[in-house]
Amino acid sequence: MTTAAELLAGIPGLAGVEPVTRVTIPARLEYTYSPGSAQTRFLTALPQKRLLAERCPQCTRVYVPPRGACPTCGIATPEQLELPHTGTVTTFCIVNIAAKGLDVEVPYCYAYVLLDGAHVGLHARIGDTPYADVRIGQRVEAVWDERRLGPSLASISHFRPTGEPDADPESYRRWM
Amino acid sequence: MSSPAQPATHPAAHSAARTGGRDVAVVAFAQSSHTRRTDQLSEVELVMPVLHDVLKQTGLTANRIGFTCSGSSDYLAGRAFSFTMALDGVGAWPPISESHVEMDGAWALYEAWVKLQTGEADTALVYSYGKSSPGSVRDVLTRQLDPYTLAPLWPDSIALAALQAQALIDAGLTDERGLARTAVRSRRAATGNPHAQLRGSADVDELLRRPYEVEPLRRHDCPPISDGAAAVILAAGDTARALNANPAWIRGIDHRIEAHQPGVRDLTESPSTRLAASAAGAFDAPLDAAELHAPFTAQEIVLRRALDLDDRVPVNRSGGPLAANPVMAAGLIRIGEAAALIHRGEADRVLAHATSGPCLQQNLVAVLESARGTGGGTR
Repeated sequence: MTTAAELLAGIPGLAGVEPVTRVTIPARLEYTYSPGSAQTRFLTALPQKRLLAERCPQCTRVYVPPRGACPTCGIATPEQLELPHTGTVTTFCIVNIAAKGLDVEVPYCYAYVLLDGAHVGLHARIGDTPYADVRIGQRVEAVWDERRLGPSLASISHFRPTGEPDADPESYRRWM
Repeated sequence: MSSPAQPATHPAAHSAARTGGRDVAVVAFAQSSHTRRTDQLSEVELVMPVLHDVLKQTGLTANRIGFTCSGSSDYLAGRAFSFTMALDGVGAWPPISESHVEMDGAWALYEAWVKLQTGEADTALVYSYGKSSPGSVRDVLTRQLDPYTLAPLWPDSIALAALQAQALIDAGLTDERGLARTAVRSRRAATGNPHAQLRGSADVDELLRRPYEVEPLRRHDCPPISDGAAAVILAAGDTARALNANPAWIRGIDHRIEAHQPGVRDLTESPSTRLAASAAGAFDAPLDAAELHAPFTAQEIVLRRALDLDDRVPVNRSGGPLAANPVMAAGLIRIGEAAALIHRGEADRVLAHATSGPCLQQNLVAVLESARGTGGGTR
């Protein structure tokens, strides 16, 4: 491969010039994120350990976290409801690579938890159990992090097994 | 279709509408009421009411639309793939035929127009939105410049527009009073536009007593910073006639681009606008009105010269981008406002213009006509 120095050598006036191989141009833009009405309601309820969802008036799907619109029907989801802290694991994986900036020891179990009454999975970690025992259909409940209660999903430390029998696959098959 | 007159500067009169392509019209237009901030709304909450409005005008539902195309920018949102969240407002299930451009919605409309030309769709939903309020749009727009030689200098959008305005003044093509007159005319026109953000204006003498923002531009020479959204429905042939009694037929549409470096361009001219206008047939017959996407007062002077527009053609009866400038939607709004004049029977032949990039780098021109328009009526 031709090097930068070799290329410059062929250009009159640039022979022997130290090639520019790198420039560092710092750029920083700051944003104030507005989560909107639906997500603001969801986030501000978390410090009270409340999980707010919204139901689509047309297809009746229940979304959590709510985004103010049903992506299936393309209409507003004005009906709000509160969901229990229990749900069912609908899929999961074991993470063995530490994520940058995430204060969690690897390996950990990352899962979709279908909260009872919801039709979309909530992203969550599964803890307080050997990972080899985690399974689809397993019943779990939220463990709140008392030190981190705030308008953030970090308010939920993780979900842990309830010890109930596994959920009937028919109860979650459509919402995996 | 009437025999087109010789274009004023360029023989490239090859837009599909002028060479026997499909007839495509704007049949509906909706926009938000543009405001400085919409902190209470997410993007989808901003866009969805506009989508519902434009669909309701035609009686169509999302699953009966043949093609959907949107325009927006992650740099405004400060988040990757931000358009996918706004898509929640469309109702994209079962999966729809959909596309997105990281550009003003006017270019999304161009893509949709091409899609309709291919015959793969008879209707298209085009929408775009911009929330400038989460960041500093003056700084955000510097990121579109050459990353090695220009962006590190952070020349903001007002500074670049001021260079262009000064070049015009030095060339004797306008003066600060002329620029102020454009501002006054635009914002007073906006008093009739309930969607506009700035309506009404102090008079020229008072404006000229105010301080410079970036010399020679004062605050009135600059667009407001806006959050807003817009949507348009396109339809072909008989479908268009069924959806609107007065379709705004796109008789020609074209877009052209100039060099990325503002320094290599003559900022007092807009050859890309002139070429696009020529290809779109803008010079073939007189115009009843024009909607120009000139966010800064001096840019209207450049565009008027490129388009041979004199004072007989009303420009920006809506108030234009000086009255509301939701970045990424303001160009689509020009096409929508031009179409609305035809829908309401207030004009038969209207030019719509959209721009992108610094100092009018890239320009799109569309010529819209009623069935009575000089393009030949219902072909």
